[in-house]
Parts: sequence; structure tokens; C-alpha cells
Amino acid sequence: MSIEAKDIYKIAAHHRFQWEKAQDCYVILFPEGMVKLNGSAGEVLNLVNGESTVESITEVLSKKFIEAPNIAKDIEGMIELALDKSWIEKVN
Amino acid sequence: MEIDKKNNGVSASTTATQPLWLLAEITYQCPLQCAFCYNPTDFDKHTQNELDTESWIKVLRQARDLGAAQLGISGGEPLLRKDIEEIVTEASSLGYYSNLITSGAGMNEKRIDALKDGGLDHIQLSMHDITEEINNFITNTKTFKLKQKVAAMIKDRGYPMVLNVVMHRYNIDHIQEILEMAEGLGADYIELANTQYYGWSLVNRDQLMPKKEQVENALKVTQKFRERPDNKMKIFFVVPDYFEDRPKKCMNGWGEVFMIVTANGDVLPCHSARVIPNLEFPNVNDSPLKGAWYDSPAFNKFRGDDWMQEPCRSCSEKENDLGGCRCQALLLTGNAEGADPVCSKSPDRHIIDQAIKDSQNPGVEAKPIIFRTNANSKKIDKGDEKDRLAKFHATP
Repeated sequence: MSIEAKDIYKIAAHHRFQWEKAQDCYVILFPEGMVKLNGSAGEVLNLVNGESTVESITEVLSKKFIEAPNIAKDIEGMIELALDKSWIEKVN
Repeated sequence: MEIDKKNNGVSASTTATQPLWLLAEITYQCPLQCAFCYNPTDFDKHTQNELDTESWIKVLRQARDLGAAQLGISGGEPLLRKDIEEIVTEASSLGYYSNLITSGAGMNEKRIDALKDGGLDHIQLSMHDITEEINNFITNTKTFKLKQKVAAMIKDRGYPMVLNVVMHRYNIDHIQEILEMAEGLGADYIELANTQYYGWSLVNRDQLMPKKEQVENALKVTQKFRERPDNKMKIFFVVPDYFEDRPKKCMNGWGEVFMIVTANGDVLPCHSARVIPNLEFPNVNDSPLKGAWYDSPAFNKFRGDDWMQEPCRSCSEKENDLGGCRCQALLLTGNAEGADPVCSKSPDRHIIDQAIKDSQNPGVEAKPIIFRTNANSKKIDKGDEKDRLAKFHATP
């Protein structure tokens, strides 16, 4: 599935995304599993909220990480992965 | 063939030594009497000294501070305790992803609503077969209709539906029908957990173990079911290690990610660790979880690979399985530091091959199953089943 600029995603049903202090990272929790997210994956999923478009997520993160050259592509890749793993669902 | 290998339910992505998963074995009382229960056979003596609500809440807080995020509330049958709702509410406010692991006994509309309000994230329901006859036989109780009813309640409340089916020779040939039933009930996940031989299931091993061909067929059926284009159900097939030639990476490593607190407050790295002699496990009544996890001799005993003996120590594959299961090595060979005898490189592999042979001796059907009851627990503890247990190096 290709990711479009106007797409909106949310954390999938039965999944929970949260910050873990002891682990110092974001995690996804679901029945029988827990995945620790690395820094950039966590930043992306933190903005996947059922309201923001991929375009607006990219805008926010481009401002935050000015030195990252291919950030739009990285974000798309991360959303693709999260979709493939069923951590997120498409809203629109 | 690709199989979802899981280590007793642990599927964390890391090996950092933080307890990510807390299993609260909150009571050993259970109305069911399953022949394959992995609880220790001496559970009866721990039914009088269960932790109270306040102690459990303390345990939840301490484990959360250490990093635990997944919480399993198990037993026995956890719903026999009246304070599950209170415990769940506390777990939810602490930020756990909480899972009630139940037979369904004790569930009703009022309780499931209270659990939902308290923030319980999911319920894992055990199922046994498509037939009432096998369900009632293996659990030694009339619980078939109850399970169907509870499954409907779980679905109705919008929980993810997670079914767990322990597989053995009496139900493994029904795997297609079991998968169809699960799908019909709207299951999101189903775990087909081949019996692992600990506790009561080790006592009844000869009566429970399927034939190798049955396991192979079950795998094929499962794979075919999973590959249907419209399949939505996540299916985990937990392979029976006896039929493999490499052991499982038990618990993802001793004291790596998994922590169990038992009904009486013992803190364990795995369900059956107490079978290992000369290891004293911490108890939450005496020591905080932090010390138990990081500093107790028991939790450090099999961390990493310094403890390994040959053939594990110099084995090029040792990181894959960390030598397998310490409890299985002890129970079957008498040496907790040796290779898990499942491994074809173990000098004790013949013990597993003999067990497979014994289980397929037609005479075995004549020996009665010993069901998981308080009376049988007392009997085994007294030494009444010495003959049957003579081949094991500890009481399972």
C-alpha cells in the first residue's frame, strides 16, 4: 500500500503506544507482545493520532530535525512498517 | 516451514535485563483439574498463605518501577479471588498492559463490566476442544458451555479475543475444527500451545504426548489455515520441544525479561524454577523486587552463559537457545547446569527419545491420568506417587 500525503492513521485497536520511563523509549503494547521503538520510530508514532495527516507529521518533524536530509522518506518508511506490523490503522 | 516460535508467551524484542513482563500467579486454587497444568504438583501447600490485596498492589508498583509493562494475571483461576477488579484498576493506573489469563470459571456479566471499567486490556481464555466430551475429560469438569459463554462475553465487550488451546494427543487431531471454532467465535489471536512437560503435565506425560506424525499433521493444517487469503486470525503454534533437535530459548533467558510472583509471594524467573535444588528464591514478604531481580543469587545463577558446561559452553549455537531449559535439564537428567536433553548434542538425548517411545506404548492408556486436584497435590507431596515419578530427578 502506498502512503499518501493526505493519509491519516491512528494506533490500531488493541494496541497501546506509550512512553516507558524505565526503558527510556516509546513502546507498542499488544496482546502477548511489546516492541521497543527506536528514537525516530517513536517520534513518528507519537504523532500518529487519528487526526494528523502524513504531510503534517512530516512538517512537524522536518522542523524538529532540520539536519535530517531524507526525513519525508524515513517517515513514509516507518508508517509502512507500522502498517505492515498492524500497529497502526488508516482512518480516512 | 515458518513457525511462530514463542518462549512461553514472551515475545519481547530485547534481551536487556529488565523485567518487561510480570506474571502474577495470584492463586493456585482452580475449579478445573486439567491433566496438563504446568503449576507445581505441590500447589496445595501454597493455598493457605496467599498474598493479600495490599501486597499485590505493592508488587505491581515495584515491578512497574523496574520497567515491567506487560502484566499477566494468572493462577490457578484468578477469578476465584474477589480482588481481581481492584488489582486490575491499580494495574491500569500504573500503565500496565494487563491480561487476565482465565479458564472462564467465575466470570459473569457484572465482573466483566467491572474489569472493563477498571481498564483491563485483554482476556486470554483457555479452550480445550470442539467436543464437550474431550473438554470435560481433560479438565475433569463440565466447563464446555461455560467457555463458549465467556467467549461471547469477551467479544461483546470489545476485548481482543485471545484463545489459548493446550494441545495433547486427545485434541491435536481436531486442529482444523478448533481453528474453525476460534474463527467462528471471532478470535483475534489463537495460541496452539503444545503441552510442555512440567508440573502435572510431566506427571501425565505418557498419557498426553501425541505421536510425531500427529504434530507434523497439525503443523500442516495450521499452515494451510493461516495461508488462506481471507485469514485474519493470528495463529501462534508453539512447537513441542521433544520433537525438535534443539531446545527452546526458555523464557528468553533466565532473569532476562520475565518475572513471576507466585500466590505465596515467591519471585521466580520461570514457572517451575522451584524444582531446582539448593536455590533459594526471594519472597516479596522479605525483600523488594529490585533486590530480587538484580541481586539475588537465584536470579543471577543462570544469567548469561558463564554457568554453562560442555557441550553448551563451546557450542557455536549457544546464544540461540542459551542451553535450553534449566528445569527440564534438572528434572530429566538431574543436572540443572547441563544441556537441555532435547538437544541432539546433549549426551542425554536418549532420555527424550525413550520418553517419546514410552508415550507411544499402547499399554500406557491403562495407567490413569492424575488430575490436578488438591487431594492429589497432597498425595504427591506425601510421596504416594513415588513409582510414577521415580524417573524424574525432582518432584515436578
